[in-house]
Amino acid sequence: MSLEAFNNRNVNEGDYFLVDIEDYPTDGWGKFKRVVKRTFKGELFVGLWVVLREMIKFDIHTVQYPEEKMPIGPRYRAVHEMKRLWESDAERCIGCGLCEKICISNCIRIDTRIDENSRKEVSEYSINLGRCIYCGYCAEVCPELAITHGGEYENASDQREHFIMYEDMLTPIDKMKAGAQLEFEGFGSITPHEDERVKKTPLAY
Amino acid sequence: MSKTVTINIDGKEIQTQEGEYILNAARANDIFIPAICYLTRCSPTLACRICLVEADGKQVYACNAKAKDGMNITTTTPNIEKERRAIMEVYDVNHPLQCGVCDQSGECELQNYTLEIGVDSQSYAVKDVARVAKDWGHLHYDPGLCIVCERCVTACKDMIGDNSLKTVPRGADALDAEYKASMPKDAYAMWNKLNKSVIGLTSGEEMLDCTSCGECAAVCPVGALVDTHFMYTTNAWELEKIPATCGHCSAGCQITYEKKHASIDNPQEKLYRVTNEWNYVSLCGAGRYGFDYQNSDVTKDEEAFNKAVEAFKKADTIKFTSTITNEEALILEKLKEKFGYKLVNDEARAFQNFLNDYSSVSGTRLYGSDLKETMAANFIVSVGSALKSDNPNARYSLNNSLTINKGAGLYFHPVSDPVINGLSKNILSVTHKPLQEEAVMYLLLDLFADKEKLPKETVDYLASFHSTKKVTITETIKEKVVEKVIEKKVNEETGEEQEVEVEKTKMVPKKVSKEVEIDDNALLGMVGAPENFNETLEKFLKKKDDFALIVGPDFYNHPNATNLAKLVALVEKYAGFKVVMIPALTNTLGVSLINELSDSEGEYVIGYNTKGDFTLSALGDGDLDMPAMNQQEGTLTSINKQVNPTNAAMSYGGYELNDIANALGLEAELTINYTKELPTAKGFQEVDFDDLEDYYTNAGEEIRGYKLKNMGRRVSSEPKVEKIDETLALDGETIIYLANPVRQFSDFTNKTTNLDEVSGLYMSEEFLASSEFNEGDSVRIKTQNGELVTKIVSDNKIAGAIALLPTFDSKLNSEALFSGYRFTSASIERV
Repeated sequence: MSLEAFNNRNVNEGDYFLVDIEDYPTDGWGKFKRVVKRTFKGELFVGLWVVLREMIKFDIHTVQYPEEKMPIGPRYRAVHEMKRLWESDAERCIGCGLCEKICISNCIRIDTRIDENSRKEVSEYSINLGRCIYCGYCAEVCPELAITHGGEYENASDQREHFIMYEDMLTPIDKMKAGAQLEFEGFGSITPHEDERVKKTPLAY
Repeated sequence: MSKTVTINIDGKEIQTQEGEYILNAARANDIFIPAICYLTRCSPTLACRICLVEADGKQVYACNAKAKDGMNITTTTPNIEKERRAIMEVYDVNHPLQCGVCDQSGECELQNYTLEIGVDSQSYAVKDVARVAKDWGHLHYDPGLCIVCERCVTACKDMIGDNSLKTVPRGADALDAEYKASMPKDAYAMWNKLNKSVIGLTSGEEMLDCTSCGECAAVCPVGALVDTHFMYTTNAWELEKIPATCGHCSAGCQITYEKKHASIDNPQEKLYRVTNEWNYVSLCGAGRYGFDYQNSDVTKDEEAFNKAVEAFKKADTIKFTSTITNEEALILEKLKEKFGYKLVNDEARAFQNFLNDYSSVSGTRLYGSDLKETMAANFIVSVGSALKSDNPNARYSLNNSLTINKGAGLYFHPVSDPVINGLSKNILSVTHKPLQEEAVMYLLLDLFADKEKLPKETVDYLASFHSTKKVTITETIKEKVVEKVIEKKVNEETGEEQEVEVEKTKMVPKKVSKEVEIDDNALLGMVGAPENFNETLEKFLKKKDDFALIVGPDFYNHPNATNLAKLVALVEKYAGFKVVMIPALTNTLGVSLINELSDSEGEYVIGYNTKGDFTLSALGDGDLDMPAMNQQEGTLTSINKQVNPTNAAMSYGGYELNDIANALGLEAELTINYTKELPTAKGFQEVDFDDLEDYYTNAGEEIRGYKLKNMGRRVSSEPKVEKIDETLALDGETIIYLANPVRQFSDFTNKTTNLDEVSGLYMSEEFLASSEFNEGDSVRIKTQNGELVTKIVSDNKIAGAIALLPTFDSKLNSEALFSGYRFTSASIERV
């Protein structure tokens, strides 16, 4: 293969063109002329007219935050949520610790223990929202679709370290009972036609 | 012994020993053959069958096929690949997809091989049966995750010797009949066996009652067997691994401490578990579960430190235990040279004297062998040691030799030990009386020594024990008897039935009494050998060519220790035994080499990990805190005469011995600066600590620290040994013995959270049944040296009528009852 195309490092050639810009004034007289020209051109009033026109039209697009909020897309990645199982209302998180492992800003910590029924149980879980970069890896890696991102983006804090605990993220049981838990649709969630893509294994019973 | 042969694996010429398993030869040369159920040093189990290879055109299992010269081996053929794929598919049948909560957390051989073989679909199925998880005390078994590779069973049988695990029926449906024809042959056979079994307890009881080493959980390739204390506490990848040497006994096992922060609330570091290279080193319960003995939350207490320096200026004696590193021992020695302290360490002193006496006959400063050579022997004698608790690795060596080398052994000890008796049917326990150790050594000389080379005096003395005596024995002999029998026969010509008289000879057993002259060995009577001792020994000695002797701590404080030491040297020299001596504590050997010890204390004593007028303690109960063994770096000298490096697993914020030494005028930035100054005249090497390596190669070679050089010593040509001192005996009805239960060695093991043995007076079940005492009774034990009050603990790991008093609980102060020798007579009464 000829390396000619790589050897030509002159990026100015080809599709590039120079924009026609007036030269900058260099002397005092030239600068004075530019100031006078800009001052009396009336460009200011063009802008003022646009504002006035829009004002009297009463067709205003400004969102009245915080009274009014934009709807958030289902794939938006804001503060995390912990989901419950639809079947039993039990917590989905099994304490596997993959979110802790994959977290690139090291903001997740998880403590687990053995519970009375000899099952693995999450005893404590924290995310340092001050460190979190909301990359979504935790939600993507979660095998149980337990940790997801929610729409709650208002997490301003008066200090850098700002923790959110397991209980705060977990879907409240009354919300769950009301069937109001929303599924996350971003990375890591089930894609359409998932059933067709799964290879079935033989079962003897 | 065995000769070197050349074999060819996948076109690569490799050298190996004749009779070595192909798998081991391949591993040693970095050739990969998949294998799940095989454990190095143990017998091939043949459960997984995945190590199939083709040797000279024939399919064999690499784990049990032995290398022959010129062998041509292919590790994969299309057929073998088909088998392997089928085997891995079978392992995945009904295996729960619980990887997320499984404690193996990715360190899973099932997962690895499934991916390695590339199993992406499943062709087989069988109805699953309910497999209920079981709590076995310190272990948790989940048969759902178990792949029945039987590695736990093999390790327990071939390495540890408890034989606590076995396969039990699963109760599953039979496999679909069509599989037999359609499946690869080996995969079907393996599945057929797998589908019929799970792991269960040999005892048939609900709870595991063994010596609790946890080796079975360590070797488990999946998360089926796990330590209860570790279960679901953390993922393996979270843990930081620190290679170290176990600080509990003289075996000096390589271990890896694993730590991370304690919890979200508590960012302080915490040790979660200890792991080991289980193919090459086996741990005991103390090593595996006794890890959190660090002296935590220590800060630099300047006031206490100044007091310590003052105390050192005032003191004339430093008393210490052998749970210290070589470097610390050297610091003490240097302080001694500078300030003329007396260094007192009774137990190391006894060992030092013993080695010294031994070398006066043997000509070498150290015993000639180590536990690895003991493991390779096929006839092992153990004398003077409660083997299972003094040094668990010595017991593993004995067991491994019994099972793998088809060896035999003799166990001479006053305390009968069901665990040792249970190792194999080829071990004979001789329960002799305390103080009869000399008779045992003479018996060994008599039985095994080359009488022509042995000093004449000794030969004559041995001969004096022999006499001939006439005994009447009844033998059963077979006698030929001729009988006349009348039979009915059909006459062939006439076809009529006739009665014919036929003579028949028969062999009839008959008992005959006769008088024979036999050799009567009085030594056998002295050591209390069972009646069939001679016959048993004769049976044991068939095809045996490699002899080893394990000498235990009972000898070092024996009233006639000097004579015993010389006798040990004679046995080594003239009976061809490879001798290994068990140092009583972690670094007793190192201390006895480095320090010049005194017998008596002076007026002001500084105690290091032992009580003194000023006490330095790593247990946190002294006047100045010291780092515990898992908080120190340094070297430890093991029973294998190996100088092993150890690293600090836990951080330590206080002062160490080196700081005191610096304040007193020695100069070293770190304790490990002393590593290269260890005395070369005693066999140590001039190496920097940071240059010491610590790993095992694929061939199982131990690259750890360095081996001590066994220095020579000039000896007189005619060694003189004393006769048996027959006046020695322990009078009194009850005898107590100073020994710890398995898993306990010192206050450090006692401090840990997972080792929960209670201290007290250990009595065997049979002793308790025949006595007036019950478990839990408070008793006062009196000896001529003193008395103490403690509770009775029933111990099913000992037998006989000798009670054990442990040393791991210094509150008990049990050593004060004894005058050196580990046995003493005592009176026990209820309070």
